[in-house]
Amino acid sequence: MSKVVVVTSGKGGVGKTTSSAALGAALAQAGQSVVVVDFDVGLRNLDLVMGAERRVVFDLVNVVQGDAKLPQALIRDKRLETLWLLPASQTRDKEALTEDGVEKVMDGLRARFDWIICDSPAGIEKGATLAMRFADQAVVVTNPEVSSVRDSDRIIGLLDSKTRRAEGGEKLEKQLLLTRYDPARAARGEMMKVEDVLEILAIPLLGIVSESADVLTASNLGFPVTLHNPASPAARAYADAARRLMGEEVTVTTPKEKKAGLFGRLFGKRVAA
Amino acid sequence: MSFLNFFNRNRSAPVARERLQVLLAHERAFAGRSDLAERLQKEILAAIAKHIPIEGDKVVVRLERGEQVSTLEIDIEVPEQALAR
Ligand SMILES: Nc1ncnc2c1ncn2[C@@H]1O[C@H](COP(=O)(O)OP(=O)(O)OP(=O)(O)O)[C@@H](O)[C@H]1O
Ligand SMILES: [Mg+2]
Repeated sequence: MSKVVVVTSGKGGVGKTTSSAALGAALAQAGQSVVVVDFDVGLRNLDLVMGAERRVVFDLVNVVQGDAKLPQALIRDKRLETLWLLPASQTRDKEALTEDGVEKVMDGLRARFDWIICDSPAGIEKGATLAMRFADQAVVVTNPEVSSVRDSDRIIGLLDSKTRRAEGGEKLEKQLLLTRYDPARAARGEMMKVEDVLEILAIPLLGIVSESADVLTASNLGFPVTLHNPASPAARAYADAARRLMGEEVTVTTPKEKKAGLFGRLFGKRVAA
Repeated sequence: MSFLNFFNRNRSAPVARERLQVLLAHERAFAGRSDLAERLQKEILAAIAKHIPIEGDKVVVRLERGEQVSTLEIDIEVPEQALAR
């Protein structure tokens, strides 16, 4: 049975696109067939983060409006056989999406893939509500920071009221992915702790991804971080999160502050474990 | 962090720059003509359909944008009996 997962947050720039690419790639690396769908119509970026920007021909809006068939808009990843991308349109706006159209696309994708990962745009407008509309479960991406936590709370409310599942009285599983976490700052009390965020949002934890240079390097190169540097802490956090999505029990490790080496100390840099 | 790593760790930035230059050059050049692929596909299909019957979803258009040249690949699945006549 295929699963539709929305990656959402309310607030912009918290790591939805990075996380959609990394989770999608991690699931594909685990042998699942996966499509990552960019719902950020007008501001697509998933193609860049996944390194497929030179190969986009048709997009989600073309399929929704019937100008292209679904298989024509799907782009296969060059590194992972079972990973696909359905890009967003760069030149249209979110009003070009219709609920019926999106539902048909989702049905078509369910017939082809194990996992459909929907990368939501920021905000609570049409793009974001349509990205979550047909979801079976949600990954709520949050940074340990007041406005991000507040916006996540708002999004959780929408997930519980505006999705097909919620309207039909069915359960929609929601999990928290805490990203851009800085253990050093959390230790110094400058950043909210994991427990604080969990207590406020009261949804189960899918994983914690530290603030890391590996993420930036990976997107510069057009690789999901789990493909670029699988041994890096960020990639391992995403790979573990993907295993939890698949129903495995994996304990979540909270990143700890690591003692900086000679170089780190010389340059006054702290490294996340 | 090794000595080598330390001095090399930013080498992904030039790649990012190059990828963006190619992408943005294309996006700017094609601004307002975003339906080019769509139109090409329709017209090519129409031309072929005059001679052999093909279905819309048996046509795949692939594009690879490059710095100097781009390649457009059009893959059309033609049923045996259409050619057999
Ligand atoms: N763990 C991390 N460590 C360091 N940088 C990160 C991390 N996660 C995300 N980033 C960076 O943060 C920025 C925003 O990330 P991303 O585009 O994934 O966010 P988003 O939620 O999709 O944004 P938007 O709301 O605009 O769609 C990017 O530059 C990305 O590289
Ligand atoms: Mg995004």
